[in-house]
Order: sequence, then C-alpha cells, then structure tokens
Amino acid sequence: MKISRDDVLYVAELANLELNESEVETFRGQLDAILTYIDKLKQLDVSDVEPMAQVLQSAASPDGALREDVVRKCDVADAILEQAPEAKKPYFRVPKVIER
Amino acid sequence: MERTSIRTVEGAGHIPAEVRANYESVIGLEVHVQLATATKAFCACSTRFGDPPNTNTCPVCLGLPGALPVLNKRALELATRAALALHCTVQERSRFARKNYFYPDLAKGYQISQFELPLATGGWLEIESGESKKRIGITRVHMEEDAAKNLHEGFAHADRYSHIDFNRAGVPLIEIVGEPDLRAPEEAYACLTNLKQALEYTSVSDCNMEEGSLRCDANVSVRPRGAEKFGTKVEVKNLNSFRYLQHALEYEIERQIGALEAGETVVQETRLWNVSAGRTESMRSKEFAHDYRYFPEPDLLPVRIAENWKEEIQRAMPELPDAKRARFVHVYGLTQDEAVVLTDSQQYADYFEAVVKHGADPRQTAGWMQRLSHLAEKTAELSEIIADKYGNVTAAHFAEMVGLVKDGTITATNARAVLAKMFETGKPAAEIIASEGLSPITDEEGVESICRGVLAKNPENVAKYRAGNEGVFKFFVGQVMRETRGRANPQTVNDILKRLLQRS
Repeated sequence: MKISRDDVLYVAELANLELNESEVETFRGQLDAILTYIDKLKQLDVSDVEPMAQVLQSAASPDGALREDVVRKCDVADAILEQAPEAKKPYFRVPKVIER
Repeated sequence: MERTSIRTVEGAGHIPAEVRANYESVIGLEVHVQLATATKAFCACSTRFGDPPNTNTCPVCLGLPGALPVLNKRALELATRAALALHCTVQERSRFARKNYFYPDLAKGYQISQFELPLATGGWLEIESGESKKRIGITRVHMEEDAAKNLHEGFAHADRYSHIDFNRAGVPLIEIVGEPDLRAPEEAYACLTNLKQALEYTSVSDCNMEEGSLRCDANVSVRPRGAEKFGTKVEVKNLNSFRYLQHALEYEIERQIGALEAGETVVQETRLWNVSAGRTESMRSKEFAHDYRYFPEPDLLPVRIAENWKEEIQRAMPELPDAKRARFVHVYGLTQDEAVVLTDSQQYADYFEAVVKHGADPRQTAGWMQRLSHLAEKTAELSEIIADKYGNVTAAHFAEMVGLVKDGTITATNARAVLAKMFETGKPAAEIIASEGLSPITDEEGVESICRGVLAKNPENVAKYRAGNEGVFKFFVGQVMRETRGRANPQTVNDILKRLLQRS
C-alpha cells in the first residue's frame, strides 16, 4: 500500500476538502493505483531521455509563445458575477476567510 | 484550522545595550516588485491601479476551466532587465510552476510562479556600510503572478463574508530573494533603498509602496556574536514602508534576544508587523501552511531568453546608480556624499547634469540643488515625484543663478531668497535681482560708512570686543548685513570691520 488513510486526509486538508469515510477509502484506492502504476513506469530505462514537463513541448516548438503587452478589454465580469454564488456586485463574495 | 496564539515577549524594546551587544542579527530580504507593464502576466487585462472592482478581469485571470495563459513578452523583458541590473546570471531556460494553496484570493487554487528553474540566479547589490562598501548576495529572481485582493472591512455582513476584487489577480511580479548577508536593520534599510533605486532607474517598476508595487518581507534570526551557526529564522511580513521595515526588524531582533535571554527558544514561524500595535505577531504555523506541492505548470512551455535578446536588453540598460555616483565623483569632482544625494533619483541626477551642461560649476550646483530641495520639501508632499520639486525652475535659469553667485552679481545670502522666488514664480534670477533691488553694493566706501554707523550705535559691544570678547564680532557683521539687506559682500564687511575695530 503506497497511500495511507492519513496521506489522504492530509491532502484533503490542504485542499480544504471534507471527505466522509467511504470517500477517504475511494480516493485512497485511486491514488494508490496511480502510484503503483508510476512504479511500473519507473522500471523503464530512460537514462538517455531528457526529462519532459509538458507534452506540448517538441523539437519544433521548444519554447512558449509570447504575447505583446497590449490591453484587450474583456468585459466578462458582469456575466461571471451573475453566475458566481453569493456575489454582491461589483464584488465576488466568499464566506469569511479564516486565517490559518 | 486553529489560529496560532499571539505571543509576544514581555519587555521587547527594552533589551539593555550591553546584552544586545552579545548578539548578532542576520537578515535576508524577500522583495516582490510589480513589473511596469500595461497588461497582466498571462492575459491581456489592464494592470491599472484603482479601476472599479473586477473590471479588469477575463476567463484567464478568473481561473475559469479551459482558459489558457500566454506569457507577456514585456514582463519577461522587464524581469530580465531587473535580473541583469542585479548582476544575476539569467538562465537561458526557466520554467513556470504551480504553487498550490487554498485561499479565496487565488481563483485557480494555485499561483503560477517559478520554483526549480527560476529566471535568474546568483547576483549581488552593493550597499554602503560605514566607510566601506558591502556586497549583498541575490539568491534568485523569479517571475510570478499576483493574487486578488480580499476586502474584509467596510461592507454589510462583513462578519460573514469576504469581498474579492480580481483586478490585481495575474499582475506580473518578480520576487527577488536576497542572501542572509545583512547584519543590522540599518543595512536592511540601505539594501532596500538601493534595490528600489536600481529598479526605478531601469524603469522595471514604479516601486510605489502605497499601491503595493513594492512589498518587502524579511527573514530574521539572531545568534551569539561570533557563532557560526544561524539561529532559528522568523519571517516577518507586511513591511510595506521603509519605516516599517526598520521598526519591525528592531522589534523582532529584540524579541528574539529577549526569548533567548529568558531561556526560551525562538519558534520558526511567519509573523506579521502590526503597525498600530508596533509589534510583530504570529501568523500561522509554517510547517503546515508551506506544503505548496509545486509542480511544473503544464499550461506553459519553458521560457527561453535567447542570447541575442539578452544582449539587446543589456545594451539598452541605462546607467545604474552605482556607476552614476562613481562618474559624478570622477568627472565633476563631487564628494561621495554629494554624489549620493544627487543620484537619489534619475530625474534629480539628470537635472544636475542639465544645469552643469549650461555652464554652471558642478560643486556649487550640487550645493544649490540641495538648498532648492529643502525649499521644495517645505511645499511639496513627500510622495510627489522629484521632477515636481523644481516647480518652474528650468536648468538654464538654475545655471544662470549659480553663475551670478560665482561672479559676485549676487551675494550667497541673497541668493537663497532669489532661489525661493525663482521656485515660486519661475522667473530668471537676473529679473528677480533687478526687481527686488538685490544687486550687491560694490561701492566699498558706502559699505564702510554703514560699518562705522553700526559701531557708533553699539559702543558697549565695541568695548566688549576690545576687552577680548571676539564673539560679538558676528553681531557686527549681522547688523551690517541687515542694514544692507544682504547686499554687501560678507568678506568685504569682515575686512572693513576688523580694520575699523583695530584702528581706534
């Protein structure tokens, strides 16, 4: 077993999630399966392969595109605020932030 | 999630100097700087300060699913310029990473930052430390985006809700991490001053601390003097003015010494400078809050600074404050102190050079510019930009005034008044001298008769002088200058008075 119940609770706390008992077990199993699979990948010999962080990266486009510094107005705030829970225009509103 | 209790050490601020002398403080600064771009780091929304809430937002900076970031070229250029100005090695390739934490100011649930492969590493900044210069190491310079602004006060139901303005979310920042090379609050102050100056000179940022363009945190620890090992460090946040930086560091150093003297240990934590209470307060427990689970940002490809672009940015770099100071001393024969004052800002230095170009004597210009600054400070708000300090005084008029003092067209005493008038009205010195009747009295006999009159009116003081009280001499000079409304040459007055007092 790669992932313990405590690992799941720790990650859930970081993400500010409350999980019930059956969810804890579900996610534990899923995360465990992922790490077991990673172990399998680790068996491959990649000593002559450059580490890659992004699947988009290729020899043809090794670097990210850049954008010119020109303002383009989007004007979506109203539409988005209308769909946001508990918004009070012109602000988004969330339950009082608790310092942690 | 419990809030760590606020703990302060009794008596902080009252550590006796002899106890303090047994300890050495170790300080490193972390400075966040807003880059002077028109748009945000990863979307085309405006970065303008003070716009109505949430008007400068879009799917990217609101973190809507599927929206993809594209890096601002200008932000990358300014970050590179800052790194080069701080003598860092700019990496050809760097990489963005996600810094994960849960807080409402972060719509995506992560901040796009840089972690393993920062933009630049290994630079330095010079400060004056007593008589000598000291190099403060720069660990790294990396790019990141700003978070949104949470507003807690001044709303209905403020007890239940936080209000969020995303205008600031996604604004491009650099974080400059300094080495723990500073040993006193004064050094930290000097370091931040020089850093701000370098960033202003290079137009990387407006460095407006009130608007949050420049924010400073400090890592502070103390250790017994002579010890090799660092003490436990505490991170102090919210040092958003030079004064707060110095006060907070002084407080925190005493607090830590107080704890050690009392046999306690310093807890590694983040503390917040409470401006109104004048103390640092514990903020959150570090070990928990700091598990950010960084990983490479999958939505952005690596950043590449091509060698020729880097060279172009280096070539376009304006003269930096250090180099300017050295040149002012070398070329204009100024003292180091004069050079420091004149290079305080680029506009100030440019004004000086413009005046000198009009033919004024450099050293005299330096002196008169300081006098003009004192005048300006009386009328101008500190926050106003230096350029405003001169009111209507053009460099040509200023140079003319310096020349008039030098060739004796006006006495130094009256030049102050003329300068004040120039500052108020923008008129040239010669015009003010003529209209106010401030031309010096060149007729030596006229001055002598005024001197005789002053002595005749003050026989007791003449007696005192002759009895050996040389202090009253200044009184005679003052009286003559008053009667001539400052138009007599002080040296001439001195000579005449000495002669008259000796004779009889």
